[in-house]
Amino acid sequence: MAKTVVLERKPLSLSERTYLPQIATGLKTTFSNMFKEKVTLQYPEEKPAIPKNYRGIPTLVKDPNGREKCVSCQLCEFVCPPKAIRITPGSVPEGETDRAHVEKAPQEFEINMLRCIYCGYCQEVCPEEAIFLQDEYSSSGYSREEMINNKEKLYELGGTLPDAHYKWDKKKNEEDLGNDH
Amino acid sequence: MKNGKSSSVVINLDGQDVEVPAGINLVEAASLHGTEVPHYCYHPKLSVAGNCRMCLVEMGTPMRDRATGEAILDEHGKQKIGWIPKPVIGCGTNVSQGMHVKTSSPMVKDSREGIMEFLLVNHPLDCPICDQAGECRLQEFATDYGRGYSRYVERKNVKPKRTRLGPRVTLDDERCILCSRCIRFCQEVVDDDVLGFVDRGSFSTLTCFPGKELSNNYSLNTVDLCPVGALTSTDFRFKMRVWFLKESSSICTESSAGSNITVSSREGVIHRITPRRNDEVNDSWMSDSGRELYKNVTSEDRLMKAKVDQEECTLSHAIETVKDTVDGKKLGIVGSCHSSLEEQFLLNKLAKITKAKKFLRGHFGEDDGILVSSDRTPNLRGSLVSGFSSRYPTDNLESLSKSLDKNELDVLLVIGEDLLASGIDLNQLNGVTLIFAGTHQNETSKLAKILIPTLTSFEKTGCFINRNFRVQSFKQAIPGPAGLLPDLQILSALIKSLEKDGIHRPDLSSIWKEMGKSSGSPLKGISFSDVPEDGLLIDGSKWSHLEFVEKKALNYTPARKAQKSK
Repeated sequence: MAKTVVLERKPLSLSERTYLPQIATGLKTTFSNMFKEKVTLQYPEEKPAIPKNYRGIPTLVKDPNGREKCVSCQLCEFVCPPKAIRITPGSVPEGETDRAHVEKAPQEFEINMLRCIYCGYCQEVCPEEAIFLQDEYSSSGYSREEMINNKEKLYELGGTLPDAHYKWDKKKNEEDLGNDH
Repeated sequence: MKNGKSSSVVINLDGQDVEVPAGINLVEAASLHGTEVPHYCYHPKLSVAGNCRMCLVEMGTPMRDRATGEAILDEHGKQKIGWIPKPVIGCGTNVSQGMHVKTSSPMVKDSREGIMEFLLVNHPLDCPICDQAGECRLQEFATDYGRGYSRYVERKNVKPKRTRLGPRVTLDDERCILCSRCIRFCQEVVDDDVLGFVDRGSFSTLTCFPGKELSNNYSLNTVDLCPVGALTSTDFRFKMRVWFLKESSSICTESSAGSNITVSSREGVIHRITPRRNDEVNDSWMSDSGRELYKNVTSEDRLMKAKVDQEECTLSHAIETVKDTVDGKKLGIVGSCHSSLEEQFLLNKLAKITKAKKFLRGHFGEDDGILVSSDRTPNLRGSLVSGFSSRYPTDNLESLSKSLDKNELDVLLVIGEDLLASGIDLNQLNGVTLIFAGTHQNETSKLAKILIPTLTSFEKTGCFINRNFRVQSFKQAIPGPAGLLPDLQILSALIKSLEKDGIHRPDLSSIWKEMGKSSGSPLKGISFSDVPEDGLLIDGSKWSHLEFVEKKALNYTPARKAQKSK
């Protein structure tokens, strides 16, 4: 067993006994902070700047022409580790002018935010670049049903992102100028 | 040995001598020994077209001197191999003794890569929306044998995307790789020549001949045959991606042909039915009408709740009421040729215990000579083998009608049949207590005092016996509706309650053990687990005196005609 050594406590000096130097040091810190720039944010009124590539709530985006990009290939549903995504595929009827060249689109698209773990696999797997984890991070609701984002909500959250492909325009060009027969 | 020729030959496959049956082609020979020769147009059940060129392999035969016929030897004293300088198609080349084949030489790999590049030149990038994705040969071989990127910078051909070929088939022309399997299927199997190619070169397009459409009852087989997503089923189109589907083996209940099928379901919902290859029964085909049967599972007239006196109750209460109703009364049992072999056996046992009269009706229709036979029930022969019936049933319930007229019956237990559609009058049923056990509502179920909902063949396990007396087992594909029990358990519970000191278990293996015990049963010595995936032929000679209605069809020859020809 280790030997116990009893140390004698040094007696306090006079200045230490008055506490005044300690109070002065403390007040110095307080006053210096009063004149520094504020770092506290008034959350939720004020929100922090979100860094680029932040993985927030998964959302669906439209292309700059306002057309939905998702074709309901269901790869995100397949890859989703907690099975938060649920898609009901649907076909787009022929002759819809605003959705010409689109054959398939989701009838319903649900992401259960109680299940979502923000892993970003859905964004990574999406062949159409239609699903993005954007900068929105807070979601709340009073019931479980409220925490399931449906297609409408997902497009509302997602908005429009710049597009590098314009897939449907390409399809149109192909049909107009391609090797028709 | 046939005509002095050996029935098998030895070929050299990628440097290894292997024995293969004589007369088969190189694609089959290679697959017998675990080597895949990729192919699109070749199908084992169709004629060889040789137009996709994907199965190119290198081939050579032992050299002989043309003048003397003597073998030419190399410096090691072995016979020289005369390699054909260009690749040959594996599907169109039959094996011969001593043939040398290379399936993975640099030349073969180059050929495949080239062919893949040509096939993909005009193929659209539709994989995210294509129903074939996940089971697409083009996708698979592009990954396995393709070059991985496209060198094609010109514009792709644009072809119609949504052509209606028939009531059940939609064609996406852009995806077609012109393998002509669908055309050959229609010509050779269904004998309904409606499909063909028009235009030339890369403009070639699959179409129906003018004024015709792909409307025969086997049209959906072209969708299964299609190695790419060009032919799509209008019913399944865009409904579910195939990688979500759980596949279970089952048997088609449409007719006594008993096509082997694969039921694809996701989370308890069936999405499609496709044929399962069985060369003894249905080759690789099935009828379109059989594919629709899954819709019965969720149809609106499905019976979901047990009822006694039109009031909903629990299933166990209904079964107990049946026991009280049946006990000591004159019972008649109307069986069903839609029940499985095991169910019919238990029903027969129940009839023995209660000394009930047994009735059975058949359902008959037109024979199409392929896979829809005139006997429109899956298990008529099962009713014979199980002992439930010894006579061949007619298309009505005449004997029941006579019994009812003579007031011989107090209680009737009906399995699925609609009495009012089988020649029974409503007045005849006066004073008779009706017990109905079935899956769907009909006029009889509405009259029943006790209603017991049962399960469809997709929701239970059992066996059917098809027109060849082939026992084929079907496996549960999806769970049944909440609160319902398999027919076997219901019948077992009834038998248990009616039989004094009877021990009865509703599991298939003990039922089979019991079935094998009865004298003269062709099931002697067979257990349920002995029934292989492709069925088990049993001896049906005991019933050869019966007039089976089936006509000569695919993989089926009526017994009598077979005897004559011998």
